[in-house]
Amino acid sequence: MIYRENGQFKTSYGADQQIFPIAQDRYLVVAIIAFAFIGVPFLADEYFFRAILIPFLILSLAALGVNLLVGYCGQITLGAGAFMAIGAYAAYNFLIRVPHMPLLGALILGGLTAAAMGILFGIPSLRVRGLYLAVATLAAQFFSDWAFLRIKWFTNESSSGSVSVSNLEFFGLPIESPVEKYIFCLAILVICALLAKNLTRASIGRQWMAIRDMDVAAEVIGIRPMWAKLSAFAVSSFFVGIAGALWGFVHLGSWEPAAFSVDRSFQLLFMVIIGGMGSIVGSFFGAAFIVLLPIFLSQFLPALGALVGVHVSTTAASHAELIIFGALIVFFLIVEPHGLARLWVTAKEKLRLWPFPH
Amino acid sequence: MKIRSLALAASLATVALATTVAAPAAFAQAKEQFFPVLVYRTGAYAPNGTPWANGYVDYLKLVNANGGINGVKISFEECEFGYATDRGVECYERLKGKNGGATLFQPLSTGVTFALTDKAPVDKIPLITAGYGRSESQDGSVFTWNFPLLGTYWVGADVAIQALAKREGGWDKLKGKKIALVYHDSPYGKEPIPLLQERAKMHGFNLTLLPVAHPGVEQKATWLQIRQNRPDYVLLWGWGVMNSTSLKEAQATGFPRDKMYGIWWAGAEPDVKDVGDGAKGYNAMALQHSAEPQSKIVQEILDKLYAKGQGTGDKADVGSVLYMRGLISAMLGVEGVRKAQERYGKGKVMTGEQTRWGLENLNLDQKTLDAMGFAGVMRPVQTSCLDHMGASWVRVQSWDGNKWVVGNEWLQADDKLLRGMVLNASRKYAEEKKITPRTPEQCKL
Repeated sequence: MIYRENGQFKTSYGADQQIFPIAQDRYLVVAIIAFAFIGVPFLADEYFFRAILIPFLILSLAALGVNLLVGYCGQITLGAGAFMAIGAYAAYNFLIRVPHMPLLGALILGGLTAAAMGILFGIPSLRVRGLYLAVATLAAQFFSDWAFLRIKWFTNESSSGSVSVSNLEFFGLPIESPVEKYIFCLAILVICALLAKNLTRASIGRQWMAIRDMDVAAEVIGIRPMWAKLSAFAVSSFFVGIAGALWGFVHLGSWEPAAFSVDRSFQLLFMVIIGGMGSIVGSFFGAAFIVLLPIFLSQFLPALGALVGVHVSTTAASHAELIIFGALIVFFLIVEPHGLARLWVTAKEKLRLWPFPH
Repeated sequence: MKIRSLALAASLATVALATTVAAPAAFAQAKEQFFPVLVYRTGAYAPNGTPWANGYVDYLKLVNANGGINGVKISFEECEFGYATDRGVECYERLKGKNGGATLFQPLSTGVTFALTDKAPVDKIPLITAGYGRSESQDGSVFTWNFPLLGTYWVGADVAIQALAKREGGWDKLKGKKIALVYHDSPYGKEPIPLLQERAKMHGFNLTLLPVAHPGVEQKATWLQIRQNRPDYVLLWGWGVMNSTSLKEAQATGFPRDKMYGIWWAGAEPDVKDVGDGAKGYNAMALQHSAEPQSKIVQEILDKLYAKGQGTGDKADVGSVLYMRGLISAMLGVEGVRKAQERYGKGKVMTGEQTRWGLENLNLDQKTLDAMGFAGVMRPVQTSCLDHMGASWVRVQSWDGNKWVVGNEWLQADDKLLRGMVLNASRKYAEEKKITPRTPEQCKL
């Protein structure tokens, strides 16, 4: 009943092909975005911004990038952490080496550098696929670990290998307080998500999906695999690179290559798999699951223990956190192999008939 | 099918709950000095992180058992971060505002220290990094909120080279010698490099840098290089499982253990215990103290906490090297608060800003330390605006197969060399971050 589209007539192709053809969807998304921009800054406290919302937004952006490559184009990558690192270090170098470089310019240049490296490391995808490709992209990860640890120039000759940025500003507006950082990340995420959604609906996205579903058939109907695969690598790395730059600049403030280790690559891939491959909204679900759940568990378990009068030690809570987290991943993959996004689709279908299912 | 969808709904509800409930309720607790405790009791570095955390918490418990800081009780909360920088930052954000605000932070991770150095001035919470952290943060006029008390890595590196020179019989004997630095490839391991390079230039020895990737269990290639190069000495800058692996590899390659010198983070029981006899003769720096199970303070903890079953860890580990370091770290923080109370009111809860003043004007002379039960454990510490380190006393200890044996000679870093390097680095940092160093007049405030 809530979700009935009866009476919504589409009288033009434009109306039929818009992003959210059903009015309820449109209102919901607009409401969520409006709430995120206007409501959240009044509700959340500093901890919520700094430790939960900002990491969630940035990793959502990264997961979105990975989803374009893995979910839409079918190219498994284990090098996402490397492209985050390339984005972060490239943006850092542009910011400190080019005089008067604006923050946004540095971020975009960082993203473009990551895109260029993405194309380079995407070349093996023209010959190998599946698990073999995953291993090939792992090379990107090791290469970036090596480069940012060893080549001193990238870290501005910092003796400790740790770099930092401060006094960020956006066209004269400082980005210092948690709210400012949050709004900045949110704005970038919204723009990128819109861009990603439209890319996947356009011819380029259709080419990616054709390659994903069957590359030989796609080639037969006239899609150039090289162009499609490399463009997917480039666009995906661009998003991931911007996310990396934000992670370094806005979230951490000072970072070392360990912030973008192979663990990060796995984490991003899990986000996509758990959230839902080939779904924009799935990236957000996946990021929420992976970012929020461990933090929630680490706070919730001792609180739960206190409630029933048991003192949960730090060690026990930490182990339990990993066990429960792992169990939930397995559970969700068994129950809903298509990811949390599919649950959302199922829910929408149910709501359409509710309360009178037939 | 029914159960399945029920379970699905339940777990979805949990996830949804996670998004809404994860914000902690900031419940105010008056009249208690809140010490947040960042720990790693799990993960690759747990064997070393755990005794430190136990010592830290035990000391806070002991202060409470003795009536608090001039009557002000201490409250504390642990947050596990597994030596991961991003989780450490999350812990910091989680705890900094709790229970009326954090007094100070001691992250026990150089990576987290780097990340927090920019945040501490904004939140006005001092950062104690006793024996680690940024070496240039000794300069308190630029690093107002950092306190690398007792020693930095530059101190460690300088003392190590001094010990080698002594062993060789003079600075000139170091000329042409080959010294290899085997280090944890992170800000922690890289910190001593500038000082070692400076010393290499001064005395003409060859420095080889051999990085080991986190977590340090794979060192075959590194030790192959050592086998080929045959350095005269190896400096070990490892943490956690990396240290024992290095010692085992040294044993396998036949590198003499008595020519290995470890930093104080590579000189505790977990590093050598598993290697046992294989580590015999291995030297490490002892930052002020070594294992001190006989000291008065340890006896007091055993009597007042462990005898009543209130101890945090295993009784056998009380008094071990890292336990003592955690204990002393907590003591320095508590004494900072005590000092601050002298100025801002005895028996009151100190804010982070007030504690900072206390830490900057810390003056623990031998008499005070002895009275607190630290006789034979520690030497005096006195900080000032320009010197946030307070002391740089180090001894060399060596492992005899069963326990650490501390040398009698107390060494200190070369102040002239250190000061110059610290000022250079801190001025560069100030320029980058657009900080105006505090003048001596501002320091007095």
